[in-house]
Amino acid sequence: MTRRSVVTGIGVVVPGGANREEFWSRIVAGKPAIRRISRFDPGAYRSQIAAECDFDPAEYGLSPQVIRRTDRFVQMACASADEAVRDAGLDLVAIDGDRVGVSLGSAVGATIRLEDEYVVASDHGRAWTVDANHLMPFMYQQLVPSSAATELAVRYGAHGPAAVISTGCTSGIDSIGHAHGLIQDGEADVVIAGASDAPISPITVACFDAIRATTPRNDEPELASRPFDAGRQGFVLGEGSAVLIVEELEHARARGARIYCEVSGYAARANGFHMTGLRPDGFELGEAISETVAQAGITPEDIGYISAHGSGTKQNDRHETAAYKRALGDTVRGIPISSIKSVVGHSLGAIGSIEMAACALVIERGVIPPTANLTDPDPECDLDYTPLVSREAEVHHALSAGSGFGGFQSAMVFSRVPA
Amino acid sequence: MSARTPVITGIGVVAPTGVGVAEHWRNSLAGTTRIAPISAPEPPAPTGGSTSSVDRDLPISVAGEVAGFTHTEFVANRLAVQTDRWTWMALAATEMALTDADLDPRREVPMDLSVVTASGSGGNAFGQREIQALWRDGPRMVSAYQSIGWFYAASSGQISIRHQLKGACGVLVADGAGGIGAVAQARRLIRRGSAAVVAGGTEAPLSPYALACQSSVATLHRGADPALAYRPFAAGASGYVPGEGGAMLVLEAAHRARGRSARVYAEIAGTASTHDAHHPSEPAPDHRQLARAMRTALDRAGVSPDEIGVVFADGAGDPLGDRREAAAIAEVFGGRRVPVTVPKTMTGRLCSGGASLDLAWAALALRHDVVPPTVNVDPADAAASGLDLVTEAREGAGLRAALVVARGVGGFNAAAVLTAA
Repeated sequence: MTRRSVVTGIGVVVPGGANREEFWSRIVAGKPAIRRISRFDPGAYRSQIAAECDFDPAEYGLSPQVIRRTDRFVQMACASADEAVRDAGLDLVAIDGDRVGVSLGSAVGATIRLEDEYVVASDHGRAWTVDANHLMPFMYQQLVPSSAATELAVRYGAHGPAAVISTGCTSGIDSIGHAHGLIQDGEADVVIAGASDAPISPITVACFDAIRATTPRNDEPELASRPFDAGRQGFVLGEGSAVLIVEELEHARARGARIYCEVSGYAARANGFHMTGLRPDGFELGEAISETVAQAGITPEDIGYISAHGSGTKQNDRHETAAYKRALGDTVRGIPISSIKSVVGHSLGAIGSIEMAACALVIERGVIPPTANLTDPDPECDLDYTPLVSREAEVHHALSAGSGFGGFQSAMVFSRVPA
Repeated sequence: MSARTPVITGIGVVAPTGVGVAEHWRNSLAGTTRIAPISAPEPPAPTGGSTSSVDRDLPISVAGEVAGFTHTEFVANRLAVQTDRWTWMALAATEMALTDADLDPRREVPMDLSVVTASGSGGNAFGQREIQALWRDGPRMVSAYQSIGWFYAASSGQISIRHQLKGACGVLVADGAGGIGAVAQARRLIRRGSAAVVAGGTEAPLSPYALACQSSVATLHRGADPALAYRPFAAGASGYVPGEGGAMLVLEAAHRARGRSARVYAEIAGTASTHDAHHPSEPAPDHRQLARAMRTALDRAGVSPDEIGVVFADGAGDPLGDRREAAAIAEVFGGRRVPVTVPKTMTGRLCSGGASLDLAWAALALRHDVVPPTVNVDPADAAASGLDLVTEAREGAGLRAALVVARGVGGFNAAAVLTAA
C-alpha cells in the first residue's frame, strides 16, 4: 500500500511576521515588509532594500550556546521548527526518534557568519591566507550547512535520515519533496521539513547587483516587489524560514493529529539551458507542473489556488506565465494565482517552504492572499494574479511552483484530506 | 534483483589516487599514500582589483591533493571562469563516468536523466576570492559569476546543463555521509522511473579560508609527517587529514543496463541513514545509530552480515571515533571478523566527496575481486581494535557483497550495501 504524507504542523518566521499567525495576517493584508537594509550600510550597492526580519533568537527561547554556535539561518530554522513541533502536538518523548527525520532546505547556508568571520580573519580582505586564530569556534559548522540539519536533529532527538537540501531557490519545495519521498518509501514516519535562508549580507547583495537580478527601486521600498506588474525591475532579497511537520497519514491519524493537508504531488525538472537564464516557453516548469498534477490524481479544474514563484524579474514572470498556460491550458485563466514575494520578498531557498506553508493555510482557511503592488499588469502576464486584495475561495488543491539558479524547476500540490 | 534496482555502470574519479578510474584503481592497489606536504596556496587569477599580499601559514601541513588534474582538459575557459575547482572536478568526473558507462545522454530522453550531488562547502576558493574583492576593493569588483559559482548547487546545475540531464536533480548536504545520501536519492528516482542518474560528489576544501574554518574541528591532524597523519584504528591514531576530489557514478535501473548490455560494476542493494542527534560537535556517547545504519542497509538489501566480504569503514582516525566504529562493526557482524579496509588512508577525508569515492572503491573491488588496502597502519598497531584490517591488497577473496560506512561531522551516519553483478 502506498504510504501517504500529510502536513500536521506549521511554523513560520518571515519579514513582518514573527510566527505563523502574523505571517498569515501579513500576506492576507498584502502589506509589503520591505525597507532599506539595516544590517549594514547599503549605500554603495545598486539594490539597497530588502525584506528583513526583526528576529531576535533569544525571544524565541534559543539558548545562548545555540545562538553563539549558529548562523542566523539556523536560528530562524530552530524558531520556526519549534513552532511547527508545538503546532503538530508532537510528543517528542513518546514518539520513536529513530523514525523522525530532518529535511531542511537552504540555498546559501551560513553566509552571514562566513562573511563576517572572513572579514576579521583576513584583516578586511587584505590577506589571501587567513589567520584561523581570529575565527570564532564552530566555523566548520558554518562552512558545511548540514550542521543546520544537525541542530534540528539534536533539538528534537531525531535519529532518522537528516540532510540539508540545497538546490538553490527551489530548495524549499525540494526539501518537502525529499521528506515526502522518505515517508513514501518507509524511511521515516515524521519528517521535520522546511527551509531557511538569511542571505542579507554584503556579498549576497553584491552578487545579485552584479547580474542586476535585484531591483534598484530604492526610494520606495514598499512598492519595489511587484511580481507580474509592468513596472517590475527585479526581485527584492528577503530572509526567513518555514518548517512543516510532514507525517505519514496513518501515523498522524493514530495520534489524533490535526491534518492541514496532504502532500499529494511533487515533481522537479531541470531546464538544461542556463544557470540563470530561462527558456521563454516555460517547457520544463510546465512539465514539472503537469507531472505534479498527475501524481495528485487531479485535473487542472480541481486546482483552487496557485502560489506562484513570481519573483518579480522580467524574465521569470513571463516564463512562469507561459509554463502555467502550457501545463494547465485555458483552465488556468479561472484559477486565482498570487505571489507572496510581493509581501515577504524572495528569501532564496527558504521561500519555497514559506509558500508551501501559505498553501496549507489557504486550504485550511479559504482565503487567497493577494499579489501586492500589482497595479499595472504586464500584458504578457495575463492570468488572474489576484491583484492587491485577498479574496475568499474554497480551495481543495493548491499548487506551488518554484524556479531557481541551476535551471531547477519544481512543483508541488497540497490537497485537502477528507476528515 | 528487481528490474528497478540501481546498478553502477560507470565510474568517474578525480582524487589524489588518480584522475580516471584506471589510474585511480592502479594506484589504489599499489597502496601508496597520496597524502603529502600541502602546496603553498596561490590566489586564483583575480577577476579585478589588485592582488593580495600578507600571507600567513596554513593550519595544517599535509593534505591529499589531486596533483594530476588539469581542469582545462575538461572545462573550457569560458566555463572555467564561472566555476570553482570543486565544480571542475565534478564536471570532469561526470564526463569520465558517462564515457566509462558508454552512455551518451544525447541518445536518451533528457527528462529521464538526472544528476544528484552531495555538496559540502561549495566553491571555496571562488567565494573567498569574491568576498575578498568586495571587502578590499568594493562591491563593484564582485564577479557576475559569484551568484552561480559559489553556491552548493553549482555542480549539479552545470552538470545538468552540460549533459542535458533534465529530470529531477538534487543536491544533498550531510557532510561526509552525503555521498551515500545522494545515491539513496538516486535510488528513489530510479524506483520512480528515471532511466539513469549521475550521482556522487566532489569537494575542494583546501583553499585558505576553507582550511581555516576546518581548523575548528578538534580531530584535524596538524603534524608534518604524511606517514603518521591519518592512521584510523591504529593505537596511535591522531586525527584525520583533509583531501580534495571525489567520484561520480552512473546509476541505471538493472533492467535497462541489461537491455543495453552495459558493463555492470555492482548493484546498490540497500542504503540507510541515521543521525546521532546528540550534540553538534561532541561525539555521541555510543555507537547505536551507526550500527543501526549498517543493520538497516543490510536489511533493505536483503543481505545477511555473513555475506559481506569487506567493510569500507568510515575510519575517523581519532581514537574515540574509531572505537565506536569498531564496536558497531563487532555488534553487526557478531563473532565474525569481517575484513575491513580504509583506502581513504591514501587520499585523506574528502568531506562530501569521500563517501562517493568509497562507493567507487567498493564497486571496483566487487568487479575485480580485490580489496584495496589501508595504508600507514601496521596490522599489529590495529590489533587492539579487534578488526581484520586489510593492509595489503587482498585478491581472490570471492567478494559477493560489500558494506560502505560513512559519517559526517555533527552525527550523520550512513551505510550502503553493494553486491556483485
